[in-house]
Amino acid sequence: MLDLDFCRVDEILNVRKALRRELLAREGLQDLRLAVLGGSTTNEIVNLLELLLLSNGFRPVFYQSEYGRYYEEAIHDSAALIEFAPDIIYIHTSYRDVRNAPPLQCNEEGLPGYVTAELARYREIWSSLEEKLGCQIIQNNFEMPPFAPLGNMDAVSSAGESRFLMQLNAAFAQEASGNARLVLQDVCGLSARFGLDRWFDWNRYFSYKILLTSEANLELARSLNALVRAMYGKSRKVLVLDLDNTLWGGVIGDDGVEKIEIGRETPVAEAYTAFQEYCLALRNRGILLAVCSKNDDEIAKAGFAHPSSVLKLEHFSSFKANWEPKPDNILVIAKELNLGVDSFVFVDDNPAERAIVAAQVPGVAVPDIGDEVVRYVGILNRGRYFEPVSLSEEDMQRAAQYAGNSQRAALQTKFSSYGEYLDSLEMVAEIAPFEPVYMDRITQLTNKTNQFNLTTRRYTLAEMNSVANNEGFLGLYGRLVDRFGDNGLISVVLGRKEASGLHLDLWLMSCRVLKRDLELAMLDSVAERAAAMNIRTVYGYYLPTSKNAMVADFYPNLGFSPFRARPENLHEEATVWTLDLTEYRKRNQHIKIVERING
Amino acid sequence: MARLAGQEVLAELQPIFEEAMDVPGLVVTCDSSALNTPNWDSLAHIEMIELVERRFSIRFALNELQDLKTVGDLVRLIVSREGKV
Repeated sequence: MLDLDFCRVDEILNVRKALRRELLAREGLQDLRLAVLGGSTTNEIVNLLELLLLSNGFRPVFYQSEYGRYYEEAIHDSAALIEFAPDIIYIHTSYRDVRNAPPLQCNEEGLPGYVTAELARYREIWSSLEEKLGCQIIQNNFEMPPFAPLGNMDAVSSAGESRFLMQLNAAFAQEASGNARLVLQDVCGLSARFGLDRWFDWNRYFSYKILLTSEANLELARSLNALVRAMYGKSRKVLVLDLDNTLWGGVIGDDGVEKIEIGRETPVAEAYTAFQEYCLALRNRGILLAVCSKNDDEIAKAGFAHPSSVLKLEHFSSFKANWEPKPDNILVIAKELNLGVDSFVFVDDNPAERAIVAAQVPGVAVPDIGDEVVRYVGILNRGRYFEPVSLSEEDMQRAAQYAGNSQRAALQTKFSSYGEYLDSLEMVAEIAPFEPVYMDRITQLTNKTNQFNLTTRRYTLAEMNSVANNEGFLGLYGRLVDRFGDNGLISVVLGRKEASGLHLDLWLMSCRVLKRDLELAMLDSVAERAAAMNIRTVYGYYLPTSKNAMVADFYPNLGFSPFRARPENLHEEATVWTLDLTEYRKRNQHIKIVERING
Repeated sequence: MARLAGQEVLAELQPIFEEAMDVPGLVVTCDSSALNTPNWDSLAHIEMIELVERRFSIRFALNELQDLKTVGDLVRLIVSREGKV
């Protein structure tokens, strides 16, 4: 199968229809409704994006506005769009769609007025869409103009098109940073990296109003695909690294630690240092680093004691240097980190190792990184593996939390009973109804949790907000702190009230707090609050997926009984469970429950 | 490169039309046009032109694109343009 993240556009265009049929035939695809409101003809973008999303486990259905009618359909003429009911709307406009460009006589005092006027048009679009549809919006910012009529002055003069677009882009960024529904696609950066001269296609523009070359449209589609993956929690989380000739030059076992190339002494050493700095930057924003190397453990670790090594041992959340096959080690790393291998990216200069990992561990991304260290970062960037849509505090703290996990594991071995170990963790949980300040995180967790997730239902932020404000629903979150640190908000339960029953549409938990009895504390809270709502029976549902087998027996283990009168429209492999609340007794013994942590 | 004859160009166009019109086994002749060929709508036309330009490494001029009506027109245009980018 073609590698859609890296192949040339010709390779796709020649076989697009067959590829589409092949991908559509796959099982377990997730429905996604995407509306594209364009200022130019968007069919090619949609065709390419469709393939990319299909290969990432989505089954997209598209709506496209009439040509050039992005504004009208968002504001006045929205019936078809509303009927389509999109999950995501993409507004694709370009510098050609600007309506308030400053005239040549515009001076410094006048310029902000033109920027504000153009911004106001888009604000009108965004708020109209939010009001009518309440779904996520992706809006691109603007590429620099293809021709600068004023030459270099175009970027300086208050009448310059480049200057105007730069200020408009800054205003868009400010809007997007304050609005969780509005995600900005950085077309300005994308087109600059790609090259503006290869970006625009004037033949196609004047013939069919397609503004970009096929190559550029593929870049645009890849960037959109990464954003959608990120919105649905499918961005990757772990970078697994080989050592010799990947993180440093040379073979440490043969050459010795003093001979490996790292530091500032040679061009090669500088290049490896730059790559280590890139890895560290990823780690600092929450991407986990792991080592998977054929080496003696002790010798491998010595490499990170090298005085010029940017990466230190403590930066790695898992470290496997041994002589076992790499696919085996990667599975061990996945288990240690409690993460699926489909959140892994594997980087190794050795093509044989890449091939065996790609073949043996489906799901791991294995980019063809080559063996030239100067190209590694560029190739990883092109794969767009680690795209975030927002940088939550959770992301910043995650690396530290996983380090805390290994300390907890070390502690666990010293206790006579598991309960004693749990008590020693001094756990405190905050379990409460959904709070506005947590809605982003609740949605993020709901959309990215796959393993400890009973129903794997996905919700947009808008949907989550609407159930939070509805008295017919009981939504609870759980946040857990222990003596090693704050685990953050890591569990969500959502119940729907029907007569005297509460139907659990969602029950999920981050795997980093597995086996801590938090689920018992959550159940206690569900039972207590449900009783106050005059609910007598709780109904639990398990909808099996390829990833959530670990919770197949979750409800029976909590004392629920099988429910025989299954709803008719339920999937045949799904199971339904009930719990009578009339004689409910509290289950949690090891976690202290508070209203608010820190006050 | 030696110039391609019309018949060779027509043969090269067959898989391109199959893909663009999404009709497996489609056979076009010099008389084929949007009027007598299944699925030859404006979107399929755009795709077809893109594939032809890439296959023969040529970029058509705007007026050339404008005047294209039949596969025969396309074959003649490619033969005349071949070797010139």
